[in-house]
Amino acid sequence: MTENKTFHTDPDEVKDPNAIQPEIHLDDVQRVKVLSPTMLVLKRFLRNQLAILGLAILIFMFAFSFLGGLFSPYRQQQVFRKYELIPKEYAAAAINKDLRYIVQTGENFSGPSLAQFVLAKNKGEPVFSAGDRDYSYTEKGEDFYLISELKVLTDVIVLAGNGRFTPAAGVELTEDFQTAALEALKSSQTAFEYGDDEYFISRNGKMNTISVAHEIALATKLVFAAYEPEAQPLLNSLDFVEQAQLALINDADSFAVGGVLYRIVIDEDSAIIYRSQDDEDHPFASVSNIIVNPISPDIFLSVDFKRTLNEAIAEGKTTFTAVTQNGTEETFTINRVHETYTVYAQRTSQLIDMYAPPSNEHLLGTDGNGMDVLTRLMYGGRISLLVGFVVVFFEVILGVLIGGVAGFFGGIIDTILMRIVDLFNSIPFYPIVIILGSVMDTLKVNPYARIFILMTVLGLLGWTNIARVVRGQILSLREQDFMVATEATGIRISRRIFRHLVPNVMPLLIVQATLALGNIIIIEATLSFLGLGVKYPIASWGNIINAATNLHVMTSYWYVWIPAGILIVLTVLGFNFVGDGLRDAFDPKMKR
Amino acid sequence: MTKYLLKRFLYSIFIVVFGSLLVYSVLRLLPTSYFEKIALERAQAPGAPSYAEILSSLNKIYGMDTDIVSGFIKWGKNAIQGDFGVSWEYSIPVVEKFKQVIWYSIFLNIVTLLIQTFISIPLGVLAARKQYSKTDYFVTFVSIVCISMPTFFLATILKYIFSVKLGWFDLFGIVGRYYEQLDIWGKILDMAKHLVLPVTTLAMLNIGGLMRFTRTNMLEVLNADYIRTARAKGLSENVVINKHAFRNTMIPLVTYFSYLIPNMFTGSFITETLFQIPGIGYISYYALIHGDIPFAMFYSVLIIILTQVSLLVADFMYAVVDPRVRID
Repeated sequence: MTENKTFHTDPDEVKDPNAIQPEIHLDDVQRVKVLSPTMLVLKRFLRNQLAILGLAILIFMFAFSFLGGLFSPYRQQQVFRKYELIPKEYAAAAINKDLRYIVQTGENFSGPSLAQFVLAKNKGEPVFSAGDRDYSYTEKGEDFYLISELKVLTDVIVLAGNGRFTPAAGVELTEDFQTAALEALKSSQTAFEYGDDEYFISRNGKMNTISVAHEIALATKLVFAAYEPEAQPLLNSLDFVEQAQLALINDADSFAVGGVLYRIVIDEDSAIIYRSQDDEDHPFASVSNIIVNPISPDIFLSVDFKRTLNEAIAEGKTTFTAVTQNGTEETFTINRVHETYTVYAQRTSQLIDMYAPPSNEHLLGTDGNGMDVLTRLMYGGRISLLVGFVVVFFEVILGVLIGGVAGFFGGIIDTILMRIVDLFNSIPFYPIVIILGSVMDTLKVNPYARIFILMTVLGLLGWTNIARVVRGQILSLREQDFMVATEATGIRISRRIFRHLVPNVMPLLIVQATLALGNIIIIEATLSFLGLGVKYPIASWGNIINAATNLHVMTSYWYVWIPAGILIVLTVLGFNFVGDGLRDAFDPKMKR
Repeated sequence: MTKYLLKRFLYSIFIVVFGSLLVYSVLRLLPTSYFEKIALERAQAPGAPSYAEILSSLNKIYGMDTDIVSGFIKWGKNAIQGDFGVSWEYSIPVVEKFKQVIWYSIFLNIVTLLIQTFISIPLGVLAARKQYSKTDYFVTFVSIVCISMPTFFLATILKYIFSVKLGWFDLFGIVGRYYEQLDIWGKILDMAKHLVLPVTTLAMLNIGGLMRFTRTNMLEVLNADYIRTARAKGLSENVVINKHAFRNTMIPLVTYFSYLIPNMFTGSFITETLFQIPGIGYISYYALIHGDIPFAMFYSVLIIILTQVSLLVADFMYAVVDPRVRID
């Protein structure tokens, strides 16, 4: 090689590798590529594919847990609801087996009087009394009774064919009436008619009492339903029902009430009453033996509805279509229990959206509380990772402190501290933790306080391993020359331990801590899975899988619990890969 | 050596006594209201002793009315005579309940141990022989995955696949519905069928650790000078591996197996609970979550003793297997 010509300016020629290669000696500083120990470790770490995979998993998990919550459109404890058509009771129908009573307005016929009527009817006695009142009834047709109250008109004592009348206060008796009454008395009748009214006679020895019957109620098994809501009052009036019933019994095709003519059209078991007005017939009411009632007072059941229902019941159908009061056509379902029919309408109702399958809104569906699983997983990851980090941090602090002191001082201090380590190590883990979980359940400890207790206990039971590792390392390190140097320069003890010894233990400590992290996450998840760790409403990966303890959830809703399990496995895998990779990188000789 | 083992034995007794004291103290320091609540709940169960009786039996066994140390001594005196009190949950003496259920656990764990040994030791040796090969990476990967698997998730997934989807096994329990109607072979087969999933779960969880351990130690041995010597003098590879390398790997393996002794009794705690196998694990779990203090105390002391026994055995076995240890 010739020397460089200083005046030469051609750049291409400068780049000629042969041209400017300086002479290099074997011990030339430039020849040895100098890497700091940290860079060496890093390089070795980066060469390990599994470690890189682990690191990638961990980065993803951290982003997912700590940033995911920021991007998730939902909150951790947001409960989702949905509207769904569910059958709701709309009306109830039953074949009427009971007498229904229609009472004259202004009259009172109830309670004891009703009971007495039923008794009298069953015994076949035409007269009965309740309280201080007397009643009579007449059977006008099958299951149709007219009930009258008897008003005492007069007392009569019959002596030798002559009656001595003692009228009640304010009653005037005509001669004709007296003759008619006497005749009835003589022929031992219990009732007689005079004029438009019917009179009853009751005997008590020689004393006879004549009473006038006054209609106050009727009892029927037929059910009258109005076509228009306005017609309802008339259907509850004694007069109308009586006339209609009489017409039905007599097979008449019309009757008149209040000057209005009504026509009857009979159709098998039911009948329709038309109101004739201006020579036109308007449907007015229907008559049947099926009683239909709405389930709540704000529902008006049209006659059409009732008629369709009657037909559906007669034909044994389970669904029918009818027009509701809003004028819309709806499909109803009928559910029969013995003689009672319940009609259900499809109504929208707000429900908690439980176990919704994965969809665009909820990528992993919703859980048993109607909360978004994906969002719960994000927030659960925070808790799981945080618990892991806090516990490991706690363990490292305790371990380094105790292990460092034991290793540095040796002798009696070492012996005592190591006995303590052995003791703590001998404490059985699961029994203690489960008993504590059970105690916290019984005392109903606040879920947030629980996490702190859990972390403390896990840390207290887990630090011994780190203490041992640190002690072992320090025992060998303290004999080395640099420690003699620190002693010679008079550095104080605490500084010697924590400034000079502990940094040398760091590599092993980092490896131990990383592997411990995975372990703590498994333990926390196991406890939460058993229901003894982190509790609802706080999410953690373990208590999300806890849903799988319910067999129904496990078998039917995989998306509720499998993702959480995969996240746990991946995270622990990540920590183990990284821990393994770090161990190899720090100490290649110790390879796995 | 004898002197060392004797010293080791005395130390184990020290750990057992003070470990039990520690557990006793923890249980004693639980809030009193907790005990009262538990006693009250127990007393309301049909056929249970009265509230006062439960509390007084607690006092009798645990010396709850005295301070911790004298209470512990009182408890210890009973415990040495095998009286661990009557279980609150099962209403029979704790030791009796233990005798009833322990065989399930031992059987489960021995089967698991055999299976995991026959799978993981050959694989570990194979991985070490072909270090950095595809097989090695596969074995390493599988073992880390096994170690990273939480028991409950593995068990639930296995149940989901094999019980729910395929319907091959029952979800829970040790015997099937028609167990009582089966003949003796049918009964054995029925139990075996119910143990398939628990054994699989346990084996899968434990394989990882054993595989790694075998591989690491085998690698160490394979790098030793005497292996090079063996190869140099022209021994076949099989002889080198099986006779020279593997036998030396046995030394740490024997220790490893000694550490597994407590696992024979308590290693299947979570697995038994998940599959409801009525072994000591599930029985204890059930007692623990219901605040059965006598059982908790017994179970804890059992684990402490077993751990110490395993350490002792490990030390002893080490001397048995490795003649070099015996000298000093």
